[in-house]
Amino acid sequence: MEESHIEEGESQNKFEVAPALISVHPSQKSVAVTVGSDLRVFDLIESCAVNLVDESDGPFRKDSIRAIRYGASGKLFVSAGDDKLVKIWSAESWRCLYTVCSEKRVSAVAISSDDSHVCYADKFGVVWVVELDGINEGEVLPSKKGAPLLSHYCSIITSLEFSPDGRYILSADRDFKIRVTVFPKKPLEGAHEIQSFCLGHTEFITCIAFVWNPELTQGYLMSGSGDSTVRLWDITSGSLLDTCEITTLTGHSESNESEPPAQVTVTDICTISNSSLAAVAIQSFQGTLLLSCDLLAHTLSITKVIKIPGESFIPTSISVSTSTRLLWMVSGASNLPGSNHPGFSRVRAISLVETEPSSILEDEQIPGGSKLLEQLQGKVAIEESVMSAAAEAVREAMSSLLMKKQYSEEKREFRKRTRNDKKTTQ
Amino acid sequence: MDSETKPTFSKSTGLPRKRFYRARAHSNPLSDSHFPIPISPLHVDFSLHFPKFVEANSKISKKIEFADIGCGFGGLLISLATLFPDTLMIGMELRDKVTEYVKERILALRRTSSGDQYENISVVRTNSMKYIPNYFEKGQLSKMFFLFPDPHFKEKNHRRRVISTHLLDEYAYVLRAGGIVYTITDVEELGEWMRSCLEKHPMFESLTQEELDSDPVVELLCNATEEGQKVARNGGQTFRAVFRRIAYVS
Ligand SMILES: C[S@@+](CC[C@H](N)C(=O)[O-])C[C@H]1O[C@@H](n2cnc3c(N)ncnc32)[C@H](O)[C@@H]1O
Repeated sequence: MEESHIEEGESQNKFEVAPALISVHPSQKSVAVTVGSDLRVFDLIESCAVNLVDESDGPFRKDSIRAIRYGASGKLFVSAGDDKLVKIWSAESWRCLYTVCSEKRVSAVAISSDDSHVCYADKFGVVWVVELDGINEGEVLPSKKGAPLLSHYCSIITSLEFSPDGRYILSADRDFKIRVTVFPKKPLEGAHEIQSFCLGHTEFITCIAFVWNPELTQGYLMSGSGDSTVRLWDITSGSLLDTCEITTLTGHSESNESEPPAQVTVTDICTISNSSLAAVAIQSFQGTLLLSCDLLAHTLSITKVIKIPGESFIPTSISVSTSTRLLWMVSGASNLPGSNHPGFSRVRAISLVETEPSSILEDEQIPGGSKLLEQLQGKVAIEESVMSAAAEAVREAMSSLLMKKQYSEEKREFRKRTRNDKKTTQ
Repeated sequence: MDSETKPTFSKSTGLPRKRFYRARAHSNPLSDSHFPIPISPLHVDFSLHFPKFVEANSKISKKIEFADIGCGFGGLLISLATLFPDTLMIGMELRDKVTEYVKERILALRRTSSGDQYENISVVRTNSMKYIPNYFEKGQLSKMFFLFPDPHFKEKNHRRRVISTHLLDEYAYVLRAGGIVYTITDVEELGEWMRSCLEKHPMFESLTQEELDSDPVVELLCNATEEGQKVARNGGQTFRAVFRRIAYVS
C-alpha cells in the first residue's frame, strides 16, 4: 500500500532515523555535514567553522535534512529534507539566497551545471524546478515556488542528477527505475521528452553518478541499488553495459577477515572526475570499495577494497573533491531510538591520489584537523557502541522506506479493510 | 481445458461467465503491487501470450503495437482482433479477477473460432500507471486506448486519473510519432480533463474531424466495450478526445 505508506510517513514518522550526510566543495574550499536538522559547515580555506546566515522570511521548521549538494561551479549549495524547505545557499558567503517551499518532504536535489536551475524531488515522486535569477548576495529574496517538471508515478525518488553536458535530468526511484529526461529550454513548462529508461536493477536504486572526462561528450552513468550491484549504463539508449556484483569480493580484499554479507545495499557512489574511478559505500561495510570503469570495453570492476581498521566506521554518505581527490566520509544518524542525543556523526577521509597507495587519514591528518572534527562531529570522541547502533538504525530505516513490503494474503485483506480512503468509494 | 466440466464457463457459448469473475468496482492504482513486474521489456516473454506468432528462434515475429489501458472485460480487444488481424495488441488491467476473465475469454475465443482468429490479442495484470516502461520500448506503440477510465471525482484523487500531464509524458515515450491516443468517458468533467491535458501537452495534437471520420476505430470507442455498452443502454452521453503523438524537440 504505497500511498497509505507514504501518507503515514507524512505524519507519523516525524522522528524517523536520518543518516548523516556529507558533501565537499568541488575545490575543497569547504565541507558540509548534516545530522538530522543540523547543517554544519567548515571553511577549509580559513580553517574555521562557518556561520550560516538565514534571513529569509520563510517558515522555520526543524526536521531532518535528506539531501545536500554543491553545484559543479562551487558557487551554490542546496539543502532540503523533511522540513519541506529547499534552501539555496551561497557557498561563498553562506547566506541563504532562496527558500523554496515544497508541498511534500524532499528526498533529492540537483543543481544545473550553469547554476541556473535547482531541481528537487518530493516524497510523491514529483520533481520540481526553480529558476534562479542569478546569485544576488545583497538582498533577501522572497520565497520561491517550484514548477512541476516531471513525475515518477507514486514512487520515491532517491537520486537526481544532471548529465555532465546539461542535456538531461536523471531521476532514480525505489521501483528499480532510472528515467532519463531531456532538460528542456523552458523547464518551467515541464520536461516532457523522455530520452530513455535504464531498467535492469532488481531492487530499489539508492544512488546515481556520472563517470566522465573531457574526451567524452556524454559520460556514462553508474547506479547503486539494494540488489547488491552497481551498474553501468548508456543513457542515450538506456542500455545496460555492465553489472558489477558487490558481493563477489573474494580475492580483491586487502584484508580477508571482514567481507560484506551476502545481500548488501549500495548506499552511495561518488565518481572521481577525470578518472574512471568511483568510490562506493555499502551498508554494513566498514570502509569503501573502489570501482574502475573501462570506458572502451564498457566494463565495471572492483579494483580495491579499503577497509577502515579499528573502529566500526560504516559510511552513511561519501563525497570527493575534484581538486584534491580526497574522499570524505561520514558515518552517523539522527533520532536514534532509545537515545536522547539528537544525533551522532563521525568524519573520516581517504586519500585517493592515483600515484600513491590509498591511505586512510588519521584525525590529525585531515585538513582542518581537530577544529574541523569538532565542528562537523560535535565532539571528537564517539563511543564505538553508538557508532554501530547508528549504522544499524540507518540500515533499518532505509529498508523500511525503500523495500517493497511483502504482505501475506490475510494481512493484505486486513489492510484493505482498514483503509480510510477506501471507505468512501465502496 | 474442458469447458463442459468448468461451471464458470457458459454451456451454450463455451465462453467464461462474467459473474464468476466479479470484482470490486474500483481499484486503487496507487497500492503496492502483488503481481510480477518485468524488469524491462526485454524480460517479458510474449511468446506465451502469442503462441501462433512464435518463430523458430522462439521469439515472436513482431512487437505489440496497440495497448488497451484498463481494458476491463476486454470487449475492445475482441473487436480490434478481427479488424487488425496482423497487429499484436495487449490489454492492461489492474484487477486480478477481471484479468483472469479476459484471459479465459480470449482462450475460449481462440478455441471456438475458425482459423487463427484472436491469436493476436492478450492481457496482462499490471498497474499501467507505474509499469508501462517495463512492458514497451520507446516508440513501440501506434495506438493506446483509455476507454471509460475510473473518474476519481474528488480533487484530492485527481492524481489517480490515468490521463495526466505527467503520465502523458510516458505515453508519448512509448508511442511513435504519428501514434494515436483514444479516450472516451461518460463523465463530462473527466472528458474535459482528459481533453485539456492532451491539448496542453506539447507532444500531442487533436485529430481533425475528417481524420476522425475516416478512422474505423473511432466508432468502436463508444460501443465495443462493456462499459460503453452500458452507457449506451442507459442513453448516456459520451465525451471523446482523440489525439496524435507528434514529433517534438524539447
Ligand atoms: C470503468 S473500467 C472500464 C473498462 C473498459 N475500458 C471498458 O470500457 O469497459 C476501468 C478499468 O480500468 C482498470 N484500471 C484502473 N486503474 C488501472 C491501472 N492503474 N492499471 C490498469 N488498469 C486499471 C480498472 O480495474 C477497470 O477495470
